[in-house]
Amino acid sequence: MQESNVKTTQINPHLEKKFRYPLNGEMVKSFSLPIVILILFLFNSIFTDNFLAATTMWNILLHVSTTALVAIGMTLVIATGGIDLSVGAVMAIGAVVSTFLLDYNIFVIILGTIIICALIGLFNGAIISYIGVQPIVVTLAIMIAGRGIAQVLTDGYLVSFSNPSYEWIGKGKIMEIPVPVILMFLVAITAFIIIRYMTFGRYIEAIGDNEQAAELAGINVKKIKMIVYIAAAVLAALAGMIETARMAAADATRIGELIELDAIAAVVVGGTLMTGGKPFIWGTVFGAILMGIISTTFNMNNIPYSYSLIIKAVIIVGAIYLQRANK
Amino acid sequence: MGTEQLLKMENIVKTFPGVKALKGVELEINKGEVHALMGENGAGKSTLIKILTGVYHHNEGSILLDGQNVTFKTPIEAQLAGISTIYQEVSLIPYLSVTENIFVGREPKTRIGTIDWKKAHKDAAEVLNNMGISIDVKKPVNTYSTALQQMVSIARAISMKAKLVVMDEPTSSLDDKEVEVLFNVIQKLKQENVSIIFVSHRLDEIYKVCDRITILRDGSFVGTWPISELSQNQLIASMIGKSETEAAQLMKMKEAVNKSDEKIVISLKNVKQGTRVTDVSFELRKGEVLGLAGLLGSGRTETAKVIAGVSSPDGGKLTYQENEIQFQSPGHAIKSGVAMCTENRKTEGIIPNMSIRENITLANLKDFSTFGFVSKKKQDKVVNEFIKRMGIKTPNAEQKIKNLSGGNQQKVLLARWLALNPSLLILDEPTRGIDVGAKSEIHSLIDELSKEGLSILLISSEFDELIHNSDRIIVLREGRKIGELTGEKRTQDNIMKVIVENGHSSESYGGEDQYARI
Repeated sequence: MQESNVKTTQINPHLEKKFRYPLNGEMVKSFSLPIVILILFLFNSIFTDNFLAATTMWNILLHVSTTALVAIGMTLVIATGGIDLSVGAVMAIGAVVSTFLLDYNIFVIILGTIIICALIGLFNGAIISYIGVQPIVVTLAIMIAGRGIAQVLTDGYLVSFSNPSYEWIGKGKIMEIPVPVILMFLVAITAFIIIRYMTFGRYIEAIGDNEQAAELAGINVKKIKMIVYIAAAVLAALAGMIETARMAAADATRIGELIELDAIAAVVVGGTLMTGGKPFIWGTVFGAILMGIISTTFNMNNIPYSYSLIIKAVIIVGAIYLQRANK
Repeated sequence: MGTEQLLKMENIVKTFPGVKALKGVELEINKGEVHALMGENGAGKSTLIKILTGVYHHNEGSILLDGQNVTFKTPIEAQLAGISTIYQEVSLIPYLSVTENIFVGREPKTRIGTIDWKKAHKDAAEVLNNMGISIDVKKPVNTYSTALQQMVSIARAISMKAKLVVMDEPTSSLDDKEVEVLFNVIQKLKQENVSIIFVSHRLDEIYKVCDRITILRDGSFVGTWPISELSQNQLIASMIGKSETEAAQLMKMKEAVNKSDEKIVISLKNVKQGTRVTDVSFELRKGEVLGLAGLLGSGRTETAKVIAGVSSPDGGKLTYQENEIQFQSPGHAIKSGVAMCTENRKTEGIIPNMSIRENITLANLKDFSTFGFVSKKKQDKVVNEFIKRMGIKTPNAEQKIKNLSGGNQQKVLLARWLALNPSLLILDEPTRGIDVGAKSEIHSLIDELSKEGLSILLISSEFDELIHNSDRIIVLREGRKIGELTGEKRTQDNIMKVIVENGHSSESYGGEDQYARI
């Protein structure tokens, strides 16, 4: 990522000035997010009471873990040039399905939920790949229908339960670290390894960069796209279970509401191009964390929530500007 | 034609970080002249043009337009000053009408501020009429051929009162007839005292339309000559910086080798596909280079795509290495040893933001990986070998392919297909938009590969290229094979003759009765 790409300048003459500074475009992209996070962190440690307490740290990460998980799936989808609006609805379905399996072993709950949600991803992917409907249309339909189905399944009621082993996924801790945070990092590391070092990752990038050329190079574009939508649905299922376990209740109406938008924002802030191409997994994770820190900063300083929304918007626009400049 | 000077670019220096792209280049254009700008890829032609049209800004030097010192900060400023550019790939808005494309951004308005369509259509038709073209200006541009679309771009330039039109490889996507139309328009422009900078890699075109020529090499100015004082060999020699005899060597003809007792690698029998391929049959033997000739729309590319598994045939029989087969997908064909280097480098070839290494290894990435993990070490070994063998000019294998010149991109793509170790390689316009140096390198590679036993199906709109590289040439027209030329019969005249003669007969059959000739 840091290789200094001297010739990139020739593509965009307006960038020339930037290159007088030691930071070049690629580096700005890879380091700007951690730097912004660091600045916010320093600001908070000085001005916000109790911010430096370990619990605050874990709380922020806990708070962003589900968004980050969904956003990692979204990163893969966006990298192929697609989009998945159905993730929030899939979370809701996952939450509801998991409550149907409460009588069984925890592994059955997890596996059953994942399989059901994977089928929704498969449906998305199949329609997009084989029938050729635009991703935004298919997943918008599932976003609307999916939440409806989840509500029908629960008759619109909140389903609360008591199941310690399931609740542990949302509430548990290993060595003071919340389980959802561990899951988030495990998934991020796995996704990063796949993207960076495996053929599958190269194929995703190639498809997003030039789908036609990728297909002519013998890549099974349809299959890869299907897998990507399945992955997005599975990660949404995981996020749905975490939220359900944390509340010990499945709320088909509220769970995962608008999470698709936060996830897309995290992806964009993280540097993955909306038009497809190289996916930045850590960028996405940092993007989600950044948004979390902003909310926390505002919360802890008693500044109204609405202001944090405005700041988030400014950050998203800024991130898109950076992407344009570096394209 | 006046000799009054329109443009004088003097001592233009342009540096990019790490690269000095232009080292003091001159360019003088007279009014009403067609001026060729030649040079290999990377010689600095595009940089110079981009400076002239306000895309880049020069570090040193001066630009005089009509005696006035100018610098254009943006392409719009250059356009307002009367410099218009016609790009290689037509840059129109496909679904807008011809009129809208000509006047977009400058639509004539009525008194109440709405667009005055009546006047717009009238003006558009008039501009085109003056160029000798009459088409329905209300139709979307994408309903017209590439050539006509290009004419619309030129009409846009003229309607903006351009004094200088820059044409960057305007003929690369045109067929012979369409080139003729373009040349007529160029003559008309000349008569109206409009100057033209003409960039093309096709020497015959340069000699046909240009008055003077300026040659660049490695960012330096080589010289400006009246075209009549520079022979083709001299021109090539000064472009690549070699002696004339060496240049002549590059242009020599291939001696046809009769391969009729070699094993048949692939054979097509009465293959049909859609409307473009109606009846194609041929055999291609081991180590043979088979040329596929025909005008644009004759079904050459479509035939190739059937073989490469991009589209599936509606009828006929395909036999590959003694088995009847139908490739389900490009992936299937690739696995079986059939590789196709497509004609559209940008849209169907390169993965622009990926590195040279990744572009070369993309089609057989599995061979470079174990359990799905890609080994960079294995990749590097093969990639570096290809960079050396193909003479790809790059600091290293990690450069993004989009930063390479067209010729080098093409070499990377060829490397991608050769890395598969195929038994059949289809080359669709392998040297389109590529400079003479890289072109001759690709030609000698074709020769080398066929000697090593690779079978090659070569598609090219340049009959020259077919004759110089193939052992046998097949001529297609309207999706059917209408002739075959071997040995000494492989001449431009013969190819044209086959196309023209058979054209009449197939038209008299109404082009429908496919069995009439069998």
